[in-house]
Amino acid sequence: MHQPAPPRSDSLYFTYEDFPFVWPPELDGAQPVHDVAIVGGGPVGLVTALELARHGIRAVVLEPKRSVSEGSRALAFSRRSQEILHGLGVSGPITGKALAWTHGRSFYRDTVIFRLEMPRSEEERFGPMINLQQCYLEQFLVDRVRADGLAEIRWRSKVTGAVQDAEKVTLTVDTPEGAYTLAARTVVAADGARSVMRSAFGLRMNGESHEGTYLIADIKIDSALPTERHAWFDPPSNPGATMLMHKQPDGLWRVDYQLREDQDPEVELREERVRDRVQSHLDWIGEPAPWELEMSSLYKAHCICLDDYRHGRVLFAGDAAHLVPIFGVRGLNSGIADANNLGWKLAAYLKGEAGEALLDSYSAERRPATLEIFRQASKSTAFMTPPSRGHGLMRDAALSLALRYAWAGHLANPRQSQPYDYANSPLNAEADDDAAFTTGPRAGAPLLDARLADGGHLIDHIAAGPTLLCFEVSEGGAPPGCVRIDLRRAADPDGRLFRHYGAEPGCCYLLRPDGHVAGRWRVYDPGAIKAALDRLFARGEAGTEA
Amino acid sequence: MTDASKELSFEELERIYGLLAEGIDAAGPEREALFLSKLALILARRTGDPDAVAAAIEAARQDLDLSSI
Repeated sequence: MHQPAPPRSDSLYFTYEDFPFVWPPELDGAQPVHDVAIVGGGPVGLVTALELARHGIRAVVLEPKRSVSEGSRALAFSRRSQEILHGLGVSGPITGKALAWTHGRSFYRDTVIFRLEMPRSEEERFGPMINLQQCYLEQFLVDRVRADGLAEIRWRSKVTGAVQDAEKVTLTVDTPEGAYTLAARTVVAADGARSVMRSAFGLRMNGESHEGTYLIADIKIDSALPTERHAWFDPPSNPGATMLMHKQPDGLWRVDYQLREDQDPEVELREERVRDRVQSHLDWIGEPAPWELEMSSLYKAHCICLDDYRHGRVLFAGDAAHLVPIFGVRGLNSGIADANNLGWKLAAYLKGEAGEALLDSYSAERRPATLEIFRQASKSTAFMTPPSRGHGLMRDAALSLALRYAWAGHLANPRQSQPYDYANSPLNAEADDDAAFTTGPRAGAPLLDARLADGGHLIDHIAAGPTLLCFEVSEGGAPPGCVRIDLRRAADPDGRLFRHYGAEPGCCYLLRPDGHVAGRWRVYDPGAIKAALDRLFARGEAGTEA
Repeated sequence: MTDASKELSFEELERIYGLLAEGIDAAGPEREALFLSKLALILARRTGDPDAVAAAIEAARQDLDLSSI
């Protein structure tokens, strides 16, 4: 019998709702075959459930806990993540609660050596970065699911095993009322770093784990420091290592520091030790305010992922598929991008609108995105935790030069996550005019938001299905299943929107259901667009199969 | 590295040789590696030629075991 512990009641800022166990039909002996079961009701599982709902599929979500996540988890969300969450109808509460930030400062001891600047553009509905505790995000996602019954979340339900055959996946689920089996045509494994689904199928993540252990402490303090990312290299409060501070809603601050090799992580995690070290840092930066400790935990920087994110009828997403270093805001943002990529594909496959190859394209697109994160994160990690004497020497040389030269400070750039262009995707149109555009999002890239003449934003108008952006196209009509948005010169008096997309009258962009560009044309060509749509839904020679 | 017109004359090279020796001595055994690493970064940036720098790094890696000569 799976009996999860009640949620904590002593949080300094968050009231955890205790979700009940609801008796499922399977415990009465019924064995319906669900379209999709999502293993894991964390943020990636819930975003996937909302993506599926947006495309007409109601998922069953199996979550072992009885509350949203506790502890020092994901914090910063990129513009792209905000746009994705906006499409799912949850940007309202997120924007209302989160703290927006555009700047960061990196220090070598007490000298600023790098200023991170991510200017906010008026063209875009969302700013470059926000901070929000993961528990709030999860609560907003749960609220959204419940408001419209968009998915069935089964709390206190732990998947302990899984097998699959040609038609379905069968999960073993343990609950406070006993175990049952659940059948589903497809399964999304979003069950995190210690994925039971991965073990059930004997799958291993490959790659490398970097040196260095970090300690995260969330503290409540009334500090006057601005909402910026603060990073210190070699501060007196943590000699020879790094220290980070980041503001969160509700007067919480994330303090994140590196442990040296000679420091035992288990000793460092003791509460009195955490308190001493945080206090010594606050003393050094001259922060006099009293504070309380919410939570502390350890993490290591991993760069490991599955060889294929699809295993038959099981699709892996988020930490279950890949563990990435969190420097530069990458962990949950990449999981949200997974869900955004997977939702429409899985829905189209289940509805018989797409060939099975569309499911393969999920791994073909998202795994290279993970590998790009590894490349970027490895550079940040090598700077934060030099893996050898040579790396350490060059890092020290860069820091020393950065005291006087701004160019050297750029080597300390935390390299914030960037949306990934599926430039080599098998879904990109074969016969388009991509090369004839000099600017604007290329095939595979996410759409660029833009401010419209009425004060709204382009992103508000993107439909759940494929969208055709028509820039002053005189011919009418749109291919079946495709929503057409007409953008007129008259409504873009200063030509910003057209310039943004590198568009002349007659141009059009085909957007995928996840908002990425499938293809773009200088001249409206219904035949080419129809072919691009067939390619997008993997409706080829092999035909569709459900 | 191949553009002879940009190379130092023998006299200039001899003067730099001396300045480098003085710089290494001034840094001391504890800091000479850091000093040379900083110098390499500054000079690499000034060349504006990443291939030439990579070739120079490769060239400097040769014959490091002086005892075998």
